[in-house]
Amino acid sequence: MRPAPAQGLVDDAELLRFSTAGSVDDGKSTLIGRLLYDTKTVFEDQLAHVTDVSTRRGDERVNLALLTDGLRAEREQGITIDVAYRYFATPRRKFIIADTPGHVQYTRNMVTGASTASLTIILVDARHGLVEQSRRHAVIAALLRIPHLVVAVNKMDLVGWDEAAFRRIETEVRAFAAGLDGPELTVIPISALTGANVVAASVEMPWYVGPALLAHLEAVDIASDANRVDARFPVQWVVRPQSAATAHHDYRGYAGQVAGGVLRPGDPIVVLPSGVTSTIAKIEQGGEAIAEAYAPMSVTLHLADAVDVGRGDMVCRPDNQPTVGQELDAMLCWLADKPLAAKGRYALKHTTRWTRAVIGEVSYRLDVNTGGRDAAAGALGKNDVGRVRLRTSTPILYDAYRQNRTTGSFILVDEATNATVAAGMLLQGPA
Amino acid sequence: MRSYRRSHLGALEDEAVHVLRELAAERERPCLLFSGGKDSIVLLRLAEKAFRPARFPFPLLHVDTGHNFPETIAYRDRRVAELGERLIVARVQDSIDAGRVAEETGPRASRNRLQTTTLLDALEAHQFDAAIGGARRDEERARAKERIFSHRDELGQWDPKQQRPELWALYNGRLRRGEHLRVFPLSNWTELDVWQYIELEDIPLPEIYFAHERAIFERDRMLYAHNPFITLLPGETVRTAEVRFRTIGDMTCTGAVSSPARTLAEVIAEVAAARVTERGATRADDRATEAAMEDRKREGYF
Repeated sequence: MRPAPAQGLVDDAELLRFSTAGSVDDGKSTLIGRLLYDTKTVFEDQLAHVTDVSTRRGDERVNLALLTDGLRAEREQGITIDVAYRYFATPRRKFIIADTPGHVQYTRNMVTGASTASLTIILVDARHGLVEQSRRHAVIAALLRIPHLVVAVNKMDLVGWDEAAFRRIETEVRAFAAGLDGPELTVIPISALTGANVVAASVEMPWYVGPALLAHLEAVDIASDANRVDARFPVQWVVRPQSAATAHHDYRGYAGQVAGGVLRPGDPIVVLPSGVTSTIAKIEQGGEAIAEAYAPMSVTLHLADAVDVGRGDMVCRPDNQPTVGQELDAMLCWLADKPLAAKGRYALKHTTRWTRAVIGEVSYRLDVNTGGRDAAAGALGKNDVGRVRLRTSTPILYDAYRQNRTTGSFILVDEATNATVAAGMLLQGPA
Repeated sequence: MRSYRRSHLGALEDEAVHVLRELAAERERPCLLFSGGKDSIVLLRLAEKAFRPARFPFPLLHVDTGHNFPETIAYRDRRVAELGERLIVARVQDSIDAGRVAEETGPRASRNRLQTTTLLDALEAHQFDAAIGGARRDEERARAKERIFSHRDELGQWDPKQQRPELWALYNGRLRRGEHLRVFPLSNWTELDVWQYIELEDIPLPEIYFAHERAIFERDRMLYAHNPFITLLPGETVRTAEVRFRTIGDMTCTGAVSSPARTLAEVIAEVAAARVTERGATRADDRATEAAMEDRKREGYF
């Protein structure tokens, strides 16, 4: 096994991060096990370990789900507690799976896994169609603005590979997704158990002419997902050599990760919040001058003028600026045991800037199972999602989350415990 | 419209450089754990990418078991001199001499576990509030659950059930007095990514990563370098074989693999075709129990 699948992985193969969520019975672990196993990612010692544990537990067959349980408590209780990250590669792409449990603290874990994902896979049982959990997963995927959604209609072997059964679910899925204002949707009939349409195209379902799941994961266009229009560069670190004797006496570079748009030498820029303007003189990456920079590149900018720039500032184009504001309107996912407190004060991190925030009113709580709104909620408990107004002690430079997942997101931190208590997605961008 | 692609190695480098700069900005006294192994060697290259032409905003820290491969120490000193950065060496021997830990005895004695005390003592002595490590999530089950910015309490302990959720690239580096962070820029790299990056960046490595003739003996189905720190058991015999090391740790717990791979390209071909994980193949320290790594991590191990 493992006949060098990644051997042909070329250096410029892209990286796709995707998330999955699900509970014990929907076949998610079997699907992940199948992807890892069929791409020859499972190693002999891992398989021997899983086989050994399966035998000891009295499982009927090798339980591939055990491949994804990392902690002692998870193995003892037979549940997945936390997001686990899994890696596999084909000659065309490298993949990172954020595998999130569907039952325990589902919102907290799904939101965490979804925050960095370009694609999410929702598993639906061909016998049951959409259930509450699949709707919840789709609502959260849309909320986190994951660009690509795959609904894998699983267990097709149990419905006799029946096209009509698949089409009924597909119609239902497309109707539900149409109301989500969200991602590009692909629906694929599979059997994780037999492997049909997972890695290899299925011979049992000749009526399905689309790609197998892995072929779709390899081909889906992710280079176009990021915002390439609105130039945004949150300054992270100022590179300034201290030794006066070196050739770098006048070196002053502004380091950071591009959050949006395309930056090129010669571009006119403005530094916010000061409003000082200049021109990009040079862009460096690891010491080499480059012709352009775009997300997610980590680079160092040099400006034509000696201006005062520091961490927390944002470089953008004079004719295309983010909103500068302190009164924020956001969707908040509450992650902590202690509920969100009205008038509560929290530390807020947005791009490379920390500030403090006071919670105003909770406009409504979102029912993640239906997408419905409860305006009377007034508060948010653990794993709740809601629309909240808040006020920061200093202005932040932001875009709506729907415009930019980096400049539109923030976290709240409890100042007493330093725990990360909420994930926020900003609603208003430039007018 | 043109396509703005980014290669997987480029995207991993972008993330790691971002992590290093975030840490440097958020913590006053970080250090970078440098062992002379390939993962920490890659960390040094990423630190160059993040901070040059300025100096690194942190010193390097080596937790030295005293049971090293001489080639690793020679490489360490050469690399540190080239970079012109400051290296602090914390010695397990000093912890033993000070009575902080007791040397294990017997033919299977190892200083692997003793390193945790030396590491935590060094962090405290130098008042470091963060330690950058080269651990990867693909290495081991417990590490798959690890955060990139991972919190340690005032006793240096990791509590896997109380980890801070980590969203987007918004890292929470806030601490109370006495606590520290472990920061893992290579979290999302696999063994193959590390090797491909070493090739792409043309990074020199200690020669023991490549096939060479060495006096070895076999124990528990692993090949060990014959060395002064291990006592042979009855029936164990020393022979010469062509081997290389997939990981480099303490000589008492790092196994070699039979291999003819003398070049980077040959090593990469082997890694891509490997059928056993690198720690499974070469690390006795993970074999102690099913949760050996989780237990050591909870205590404050790397």
